Amino acid sequence: MHPMIALSEIRFSYNGREHTVFENLSLEIPAGSITAILGPNGAGKSTLLHLILGILTPASGSILLGQRPRQHYARRELGQMIGLVAQDEAIPFNFTVLEYVLLGRAPYLPLLRMPRPEDSRIAYRALTTVGMEAMSGRPIQTLSGGERQLVMIARALAQQPRVLLLDEPTSHLDLSNKGRVLQLVRRLADDGVTVAFTTHEPNLTAVADYLVLMRRGQTLAAGPMDVVFTSGNLSQTYDVPVTVAQVDGRRVVLT
Amino acid sequence: MTIQNYRRALWGLIVLLLGLAGLSLFVGRYPSPIWMPPQTLLHDPLAQRLVLNLRLPRILAAMLLGMSLAASGTVLQMIFRNPLVEPGFLGVSHGAAFGAALSIVALGASGLVTQAAAALFGCLGLVLSYALARHIRYGGWTLRLVLAGIAISALFSAGVGVLKYVADPLTQLPELVFWMLGALWGVTWQETLSILPVTTAALVALLLMRWRLNLLALDDATAFSLGTATARERTVLLVAAVAATAAIVSVSGVVGWVGLIVPQLARSLLGADGQRALPGAVLIGGAFALVCDTVARTALSSEIPLGILTSLIGALGFSTLMVMPQQLAPWGLKD
Repeated sequence: MHPMIALSEIRFSYNGREHTVFENLSLEIPAGSITAILGPNGAGKSTLLHLILGILTPASGSILLGQRPRQHYARRELGQMIGLVAQDEAIPFNFTVLEYVLLGRAPYLPLLRMPRPEDSRIAYRALTTVGMEAMSGRPIQTLSGGERQLVMIARALAQQPRVLLLDEPTSHLDLSNKGRVLQLVRRLADDGVTVAFTTHEPNLTAVADYLVLMRRGQTLAAGPMDVVFTSGNLSQTYDVPVTVAQVDGRRVVLT
Repeated sequence: MTIQNYRRALWGLIVLLLGLAGLSLFVGRYPSPIWMPPQTLLHDPLAQRLVLNLRLPRILAAMLLGMSLAASGTVLQMIFRNPLVEPGFLGVSHGAAFGAALSIVALGASGLVTQAAAALFGCLGLVLSYALARHIRYGGWTLRLVLAGIAISALFSAGVGVLKYVADPLTQLPELVFWMLGALWGVTWQETLSILPVTTAALVALLLMRWRLNLLALDDATAFSLGTATARERTVLLVAAVAATAAIVSVSGVVGWVGLIVPQLARSLLGADGQRALPGAVLIGGAFALVCDTVARTALSSEIPLGILTSLIGALGFSTLMVMPQQLAPWGLKD
């Protein structure tokens, strides 16, 4: 299977800073599957997502999206292809849930065009997919953390993307909401969406098909979950001894 | 609010604004305080001239003032993601005030020269704020712009202080103080028509992009991922908002609070979506400024500066909104 996203020999540092985030980074994200990008804080995971999207530009190296160089995509075309759910999105104005999700239709609307009824229908469908349609009229600032995360995913789904990037999607969620988000991610991948998410919690990667381990801007290991999710790889990633154990048929990390 | 209720509210505001404008034509201190019976217009040539040459251009100017400042306030609050931003904050108002003061004190000017100087220095205030923001070495772009705006505004404010200090207390100072307090006193057709093209073009541009405002109110990364050219779209909106503000300030002087309080009110009444809040703010702003200006020219035998009334009513309104229960003002300050 060809990769949906392929990064090759990426070098990147933030403007004016000598510290290089990525020196020679290469990785692939297979199509129609879930890839977890796991690493400690500061490994460069969010930067990686921003490079894929084109928010940041590498100093050298290539990024292919669906086998086409990323820079050959117009910005709106990228918006139709990739949805991003940022780590902690501040929404300073109290939009209703549906108004917010409707913003996901922006890549399909020319500059001065208002959303059409068809866009509202697609936004409502996205809300239904995440099970939040009953809250469509609620002000967004009245939602709990978990509900808000689901609404942010719905906004990205309203883009009807082929790729969904999630930056630490469960970092602020309790156990039951984490479960809801991970189930949803699985369902989306089963429907053919390529999903990649970053996390620093090893046990969250259980939902993924592929795993990329990152540390200090380097890929330590990448490949199918059962190959990469090992005590040795994880110990190296986190610089602490880590044991992977089998519990109820699932592999979990013990520290 | 459902779409039907929103449409009803918007039509209500349109009718209110037009009704107020019609009423305001007959409110004043001629031929007697407060009210001129409409039939007076049929047989009194002085009343006809008064209504056509003085009240009508002033009513239009007041509506343009309220609409422009409220629209600019709404837009700037959304693109800077800060509900406490107001149209003059990027050095525009204080720059314009300095320009007007300079022309009054140094050139002994009035009328169109003062207006041109105010517009010029208003734009200079923006340019300087922008240039300074580019050189600030820390913080995100929004924080840098806000900091630069505060610094440039303070600089122009100090300049105005110096000019007040050296102004002739008998001839220049009263005009200067009156200008600083903001007023539409003596606005002519010429002045109203001089700002009409800029303010109308800016309002149309802002209204056409009202839905995009929502995108620009999101995080930059999210807005980018939605295909938005954030820097370019923000610049277009910023230029339109500042142009409208500079044009208005050049005629009226510094009129505070309209651009801060009206957007808040529009959001709390019609919702936060720019598609609804912006048209609402334009209409509420027009009505608010019109009412304030009508009171300013009618309440006393001498003119009350408009800026005093908008600040008085605005501050009272703002305080009321801040202490309102959360259900009535969901955007309000939280614990």
